[in-house]
Amino acid sequence: MNNEVMTPTPPAGSAERSSAASSAAPTAPTAAVALRGARVAFGRRVLWEGLDLDVRPGEFLAVLGPNGSGKTTLLRVLLGLQPLDAGEVRIAGEPARRGAGGIGYIPQQKSLPEDMPLRGADLVGLGLDGHRFGPGLRGRADRRRKVAEALEAVGATSYARSPVGRLSGGEQQRLRVAQALVGDPRVLLCDEPLLSLDLARQRTVSRLIDERRRTADSAVVFVTHEINPVLPLVDRVLYLVGGRFRIGTPDEVMTSATLSELYRTDVEVVRVQGRLVVVGAEDQHVHHDALESVT
Amino acid sequence: MSRLFGFEGVGELLGLPFVQNAFVAAALLGLVAGALAPLVVARGMGFAVHGTAELAFTGGAAALLVGISVSVGAVVGAVVAGLVFGVLGLRQRERDSVIGVVLAFGLGLGVLLLALYQGRASNKFGLLTGSIVSVDSSNIAVLVSVTIVVLAVLAVVYRPLLFASADPDVAVARGVPTRLLSPLFAVLVALTTALAVPIVGAILVLSVTIIPGAAAARVTSNPLAATLLAIGIAELALLGGTFLSLAPGLPISGYVATIAFLAYLVCRLVGRVRGRVRAG
Repeated sequence: MNNEVMTPTPPAGSAERSSAASSAAPTAPTAAVALRGARVAFGRRVLWEGLDLDVRPGEFLAVLGPNGSGKTTLLRVLLGLQPLDAGEVRIAGEPARRGAGGIGYIPQQKSLPEDMPLRGADLVGLGLDGHRFGPGLRGRADRRRKVAEALEAVGATSYARSPVGRLSGGEQQRLRVAQALVGDPRVLLCDEPLLSLDLARQRTVSRLIDERRRTADSAVVFVTHEINPVLPLVDRVLYLVGGRFRIGTPDEVMTSATLSELYRTDVEVVRVQGRLVVVGAEDQHVHHDALESVT
Repeated sequence: MSRLFGFEGVGELLGLPFVQNAFVAAALLGLVAGALAPLVVARGMGFAVHGTAELAFTGGAAALLVGISVSVGAVVGAVVAGLVFGVLGLRQRERDSVIGVVLAFGLGLGVLLLALYQGRASNKFGLLTGSIVSVDSSNIAVLVSVTIVVLAVLAVVYRPLLFASADPDVAVARGVPTRLLSPLFAVLVALTTALAVPIVGAILVLSVTIIPGAAAARVTSNPLAATLLAIGIAELALLGGTFLSLAPGLPISGYVATIAFLAYLVCRLVGRVRGRVRAG
């Protein structure tokens, strides 16, 4: 859809684009996530602008780019934690707002403290109603059933009653998936959920996320700096670099020509045994990815 | 030993109104302190509680000097401290230094205020080490109302507070107003601390606001079970300490701290024997 590399600089061009977009799709009620002419800047540094994006229910969107390109900020915008400087953002047709229902969030795996006063089921339960005030005495049976189902869905029933701090990183991340799914989200926002997991655990977690969007039609926005573990699942890629971005299928975006244009330097994309290796992008992480993929 | 432990005349003492008041006060304090303790531990707020207690001491000393109720002074001092810590230091590293700065100043000021005070020496000492004689029926009324307020607020904010304490990243993503909850919890802790200062003394507030939570965390990771266990340990320490201090006529703080510490050791041992922390 958006096959042209956009730059933040020409004001006439971007104005034209956003007006065209808003007249073309004023509401787009079917989109799980909709951004129109979205712009975020910190002081004079523009993270991105003129961002038009529709994520369909059941679609898997990977958000790629170097550190500081605004990937996490995009998630914060969708979560309603970061206001846009211009444009609008809708989640399932509603303007994004803090604490909105219908969103599941999976953070990157961080080892939980050993003395964290929660069991597996408690962590998942907080994903259901942890943000609500009140003693929560009503609907306890219903709550217990939903938590049990979410635990079952990710195969974590056996450690539902174990202290989360004593579980392995992979087990903790399964609980994170259950915690995000228990509220029956229309949109699943993932912030580097595979980071620091080994390959087998990466596969398990991405399979669970994939299952969800296939069975429940949830849209997935998946922030990562390493596309390979999820490459077979990705429908489209949003690639952000220094205020420029590109949206398209992996085959369209992950090419030497496109990434060279985005990075404004010679970048080579090579396929090695079904994996994408990006060489030459002036970014630590891309170098790191390239190394990871080759070894 | 006979100076430390004795039960002579305990029967008659139990009949005295001020002794009964002391038990009521201890029971109320155990309830709120035990209910808050697991969250204090989960939020890593031990130093903040200590700082708040020292500021409650400063407030109490100031009240003594001006001639108003010591509990009012302690509440004012603790709440100011709690708000300062809650608002200024949201980040752990910054928080510790802010607490250190405020604590040192408050303690120095409190000592100066006490030195200026011309009244009975036991009043001065009571603020630091606690005294059951300090509890009279007007204190009981304050204690009851503060207990109700703290428990009622806790019932409303408990879930988001637990979420924000144990799992802050996801809590923020799910829209939990962590910036609001942090000072609110600091105020709840401050109110509890202010109640504890006249009874167990500023120096040993930690014995009822940290130890029960830390002990419970060794044996269970079930939030409800941990809270109930912490309340139980706080009650055991406070009521037991009050009882043991009666005949020797010594400050209760030493007894309270010792019982709480022993309970902590037992919980550690139980946790160790089980091999790992289990669900309750």
